[in-house]
Amino acid sequence: MSAERERLTIMLNREELARRVAQDIPDGAYVNLGIGLPTLVANYLPEGREIVLHSENGLLGMGPTPAAGAEDPDLINAGKQPVTILPGGSYFHQADSFGMIRGGHIDICVLGAFQVSSRGDLANWHTGNAADIPAVGGAMDLAVGAKKTLVMMELFRRDGICKLVDKCTYPVTGLSCVSRVYTDYAIFDISPQGVVVVETDPQLSLAELKRLTGLPLLVNSV
Amino acid sequence: MIQKVSTCVRDAISKIGSSSSIFIGGFGSAGMPDRLVNALIEQGARDLTIISNNAGTGEEGIAALFREGLVRKIVCSFPRQRDSHHFDRRFRSGEVELELVPQGTLAARIQAAGTGLGAVYTPTAFGTELGEGKETRNISGKDYVLEYALSADFALIKAAKADRLGNLVYNKTARNFGPIMAAAGRFTIAEVDEIVSCGALDPENIVTPGIFVQSVYFASENVG
Repeated sequence: MSAERERLTIMLNREELARRVAQDIPDGAYVNLGIGLPTLVANYLPEGREIVLHSENGLLGMGPTPAAGAEDPDLINAGKQPVTILPGGSYFHQADSFGMIRGGHIDICVLGAFQVSSRGDLANWHTGNAADIPAVGGAMDLAVGAKKTLVMMELFRRDGICKLVDKCTYPVTGLSCVSRVYTDYAIFDISPQGVVVVETDPQLSLAELKRLTGLPLLVNSV
Repeated sequence: MIQKVSTCVRDAISKIGSSSSIFIGGFGSAGMPDRLVNALIEQGARDLTIISNNAGTGEEGIAALFREGLVRKIVCSFPRQRDSHHFDRRFRSGEVELELVPQGTLAARIQAAGTGLGAVYTPTAFGTELGEGKETRNISGKDYVLEYALSADFALIKAAKADRLGNLVYNKTARNFGPIMAAAGRFTIAEVDEIVSCGALDPENIVTPGIFVQSVYFASENVG
């Protein structure tokens, strides 16, 4: 499968994918961006929309990376990188921060994933390999707490295995929590009827995408 | 008169003995009470249960507690980091027990302890490995996992300013676990950068009221 995949044009690279996710974040939204690929979304938030970024270590109104030399070791994001705070931003303790998450106050969270299942189960915290030391951080709270959980991931692993699956084989982070999956090949909605292809490259037919993913995909009929 | 401020780090941590359970504040290095942790290493209390978000990186702080073999168990959400080799080694050799807790559940359990609740029901981790074997309940159509309150013998936290009553304010995201650990620790020691006179902190802006703090450590080299 891997060799065949090479011949396909990737619809979106990492930056384009981040830009595409950012387009779907509305004005006024409170948003948490997960560590890794989702962090890139912050660079592409559309002009003219006021979007408030939440960082689960205790910050609302997170701003961009500070200029070299202006870093403050006490002002960091959940990835422990130096950040800034925008006017109107606030600091709060961990219980309040996760209260915002579990309490349904965060409109959107964007998370990376090892796997997403066709019913919206998310696996992104542990490979399940006994030799790997597990670490979970805030992933499980975000997955079930945010009003809407979006996943942003490459559709295939490096070895060509599809990460959108019928059933997660990795330990799950949350059940039925993902509503939309943005990938480099297509955008998928998780619906009660199954996985719906929302957007893909016109050169990539539904039949081809079904074959590559091995899933009975539906098309967006709206 | 109440005077919680100590300028001797050994005095500040003198009550901590072997087999104690200890909250250590901080998220990464932000909010880490470095001087208190270093003094703890020097003091040599062993078989400690450490409750902190991370398991330390590099050679300092919590990492040094692992290097010196002083920790029996750690309760945390994110032990694995680029440079967490001292924890990694002790964990892989079976010398250290790990209780992995989702970050929000860790915060909720600590807050429950500090506010007199026995447990909380959280939707986090339902149906996952970290919820396995725990009591669950469906409340109004949503599934929850029962998580017990988590207290500790001591809390070592970092704040920006304190007065002699132990009222605290923090600096930016270094606040993280400080306020809830202060409340849940049976004996809370706050390492601070500055001591101000009683009444100098605006009562509207005090983040941790002094009732939650038993001791304030101020490094005298900070003077001036």
